[in-house]
Amino acid sequence: MELLYFGDKGWGDELFFATLMTIAVSITAMIIGFIFAALFTPLKLSNNKILNSIGNAYTTVIRGVPELLVIYLFFFGGSGAIMFVASIFGYNDYIEINAFLTGSFSIGIISGAYSTEVFRGALQSIDKGQFEAAKVLGFNKYIYFFKIILPQMLRLAIPNLSNVWQITLKDTSLISVTGLVEIMRQSYIAAGSTRDPLFFYSFAAVLYLMLTFLSMQLLNRLETKYSKGY
Amino acid sequence: MDIELMISSFPKLLNATLITLKLLSVSLILGLFIGLGFAILRMNNNKLINKFAYGYSYIFRGTPLLVQIFVIYFGLGQIEYLRTTFLWVVLKEPYWCAIIAFSLNTGAYTSEILRSAFQTIKPGYLEAGRSLGIPSKIIFTKIQIPIAIKQSLPAYGNEIILMLKGTSLASTVTLMDLTGVAKYIISTTFKPIEVFIVAGGIYLFMTFIIHNVIKYLEKKYGFQT
Repeated sequence: MELLYFGDKGWGDELFFATLMTIAVSITAMIIGFIFAALFTPLKLSNNKILNSIGNAYTTVIRGVPELLVIYLFFFGGSGAIMFVASIFGYNDYIEINAFLTGSFSIGIISGAYSTEVFRGALQSIDKGQFEAAKVLGFNKYIYFFKIILPQMLRLAIPNLSNVWQITLKDTSLISVTGLVEIMRQSYIAAGSTRDPLFFYSFAAVLYLMLTFLSMQLLNRLETKYSKGY
Repeated sequence: MDIELMISSFPKLLNATLITLKLLSVSLILGLFIGLGFAILRMNNNKLINKFAYGYSYIFRGTPLLVQIFVIYFGLGQIEYLRTTFLWVVLKEPYWCAIIAFSLNTGAYTSEILRSAFQTIKPGYLEAGRSLGIPSKIIFTKIQIPIAIKQSLPAYGNEIILMLKGTSLASTVTLMDLTGVAKYIISTTFKPIEVFIVAGGIYLFMTFIIHNVIKYLEKKYGFQT
């Protein structure tokens, strides 16, 4: 238990901040995922064959390739790609991108593929009459989407989005390979310097369990909030 | 684009695919038995046994697979007592540690899939079996299990694909599976995009095959709702 003391003696404060880092990466990744989903969901639903296959390619490739491989692609390829873009603008120095950004971006792309599928499913299961009625009543585009379609879509999407959140939260453990100090990396460091891997990795498991448990409680509340009236 | 690198790395990656497939198949088979065992425990009326099975699946589904591998590979070796038993022969090998972690992980998911499949079996089938005087053991093996397998095929197909992606984590405990070799080639050549295309292509091909086999099985055995 001494190992968990806060301050210089134990690893309590380090692990606490690492947990905050995991939460921060997960939330950032989830938001980046939503941006990707907002871009690709319309593509997947589009009637244009080319646009449609772009949308399908994104979700198929990302969901069919291991997360670790995607992370390696961005970890090793990310700074190269940015340096290439920078060299077009005449900047030739070495650019190192932040591990937090690479990590949340690669996890975000993965979580975006799952979110896209969730949103697509939710949009498709809204009753067609709702779209027609909104059009017939002559609402403008803003009200049409934000006041009529989106709330119904969210109600259907939230239970599945909480699954996506769980997947994203667990996937963040993989970005420890890039050196970002989140729960896994911190446990690795602590295990290495105290020679007590069993304790620290088990404690990491407990931290993850706590995070998944607490977030499920919150998401269940959100679920009941959005399914009011049903 | 370095086409030459893509061609030269292809056989190496294909060779590593064998290890990935070995890890996948062994852990799926072991996981299926574990999953079936825990699904049966979950349906037990004894509260304690039920809670135990629920706790198992909750813990393994609520923590990342990476943590599970690290606890088993780095953590268990720390217990002095284990080093003296025959278990140490298994636990000192990263290959077996990975398989243990994967099997326990997929076992937890499989137990949930099978449990929900068992629960969706219409009570009429069991009543019909009982009224025909079939012993409950045979009802279980000849009626409940076949129906549950049919019901769980789509979900189990997803689990196989998730597990295929999960085997990539074996590379974190020094195993040279497809991802491990891909990472090695990337870090020596610094050509991530080319290697990603080849390795990702192999993974996608495997996912494609698994997806179609499951689809075929679903059609053959008739998925009932």
